[in-house]
Amino acid sequence: MSEDATGFPEPSTEPLVVLENVNKHFGDLHVLQDINLTVHRGEVVVVIGPSGSGKSTLCRTINRLETYESGSITIGGETLPQEGKALARLRADVGMVFQSFNLFSHKTILENVTMGPTKVRGVKSAAAKKRAMELLERVGVAHQAAKYPAQLSGGQQQRVAIARSLAMEPTVMLFDEPTSALDPEMINEVLDVMVELAKSGMTMIVVTHEMGFARKAADRVVFMSDGAILEENTPEEFFTNPQTDRAKDFLGKILTH
Amino acid sequence: MTELIEEYQLLAAFWMTIKLTAYSAVISLVLGTILAIMRVSPVRIFEWVGTTYVTLLRNTPLTLIVLFCSLGLWGQLGIELASRESDTFIVDNGFRLAVLGLSVYHAAFVCEALRSGVNTIPLGQAEAARSIGLTFSQSMTQVILPQAFRGAITPLGNVLIALTKNTTVVAAIGVAETAYRMKAIAEFEPALLMLGFAVVALGFVILTLPMGMLTSYLSARLAVKR
Ligand SMILES: Nc1ncnc2c1ncn2[C@@H]1O[C@H](COP(=O)(O)OP(=O)(O)O)[C@@H](O)[C@H]1O
Ligand SMILES: [Mg+2]
Repeated sequence: MSEDATGFPEPSTEPLVVLENVNKHFGDLHVLQDINLTVHRGEVVVVIGPSGSGKSTLCRTINRLETYESGSITIGGETLPQEGKALARLRADVGMVFQSFNLFSHKTILENVTMGPTKVRGVKSAAAKKRAMELLERVGVAHQAAKYPAQLSGGQQQRVAIARSLAMEPTVMLFDEPTSALDPEMINEVLDVMVELAKSGMTMIVVTHEMGFARKAADRVVFMSDGAILEENTPEEFFTNPQTDRAKDFLGKILTH
Repeated sequence: MTELIEEYQLLAAFWMTIKLTAYSAVISLVLGTILAIMRVSPVRIFEWVGTTYVTLLRNTPLTLIVLFCSLGLWGQLGIELASRESDTFIVDNGFRLAVLGLSVYHAAFVCEALRSGVNTIPLGQAEAARSIGLTFSQSMTQVILPQAFRGAITPLGNVLIALTKNTTVVAAIGVAETAYRMKAIAEFEPALLMLGFAVVALGFVILTLPMGMLTSYLSARLAVKR
């Protein structure tokens, strides 16, 4: 993998996540409208757009927490099956980090990270623990390993959630507004971990309004509005020279804050 | 009073009450858990079976269910739960039919208690479980049920207390527990009836009070902190 001047690896040209003409409704609401999106291996794509435009639904559809009606979604060339064990197995390759962390409340931090590898991948307990401690070290919460999620700050919990996803060695990671539920002083500790992940070459799809992160780490920004993708561009181009009125309007609103 | 207790085998009767409670509690806990899993399962037919079971059993009088076990299952259909050869056939068969009736009835309430426990769990817990690749049964056993049980300790304790008291219903099919003995006292020793009632009532309080205390203690102790 080659690197550019900033220390971020260049994404490959190999398509990893491919959405073709994906459509989804919630009742009358056409929440995903003919979505076409290709994310290459090693690429970092930031999805941005007004609240209610379907960003979360897009993320959740990719790892099939939501179903869709037409079109196709493939990951590494494979379509995620409808349900059952086969879906669970493929879903393990797609990491997901939620806005509300969703750590398992009745398990310790360490157990949160080892559960996937031991139960899904069949990794031996000792090996899983060792690997989990390395990951917790990497996200900076190793000293909290024996605590329960409720005893940690939001920023720490979110970093554990990232470690939990990483423990599955995913081929792609989805982030749904990972810093939106955090107090301002904790946002950077999470973003730093994500930037480091991007540098390590992880393929990432990130829903976020953190423009600093987008400018620093994203290869591409995708702008969604009312269930459709309106623009796709490099962060620099998108933020300085948005094409559509809706993107201009949206950027105007978030930039004045 | 000692005489009353000895003559009418009240200790043995309470021992019977405890045995009925213990066996029925374990079986209804298992059955109720299975029903609760069915009710939250994504498979429609399982969900339907679970819901129908709970609706039917919860709304049928327990006396009717217990009588059905004895008169219907055994009397009419000839289903026996003990060996005919055994000397204690009548007693064992009656006891087991009683446990069956108590268990199927209280399983419906265990199911509802567990469902209330499931409702205390944020949706994100199940989504996180699925997103790391756990199957439905793994997310049940690893994530949902452990939290559901902890959230349902108080209602489960209430079911246990109700079950303990409801065991008196099986006097109707001749199982020699406390209510059955009470009838004998009423018949042969009317003068001691009031005392008998007091002793039996006290006995039940001694049984159920610690259950209530234990469940409040456990539910505070084991509550999932979010
Ligand atoms: N489970 C659901 N049932 C019905 N409508 C939903 C559901 N989830 C989301 N929606 C609706 O779909 C639209 C898109 O939601 P979402 O994907 O969460 O948007 P975003 O993440 O961009 O804010 C919103 O109008 C929301 O109200
Ligand atoms: Mg959202």
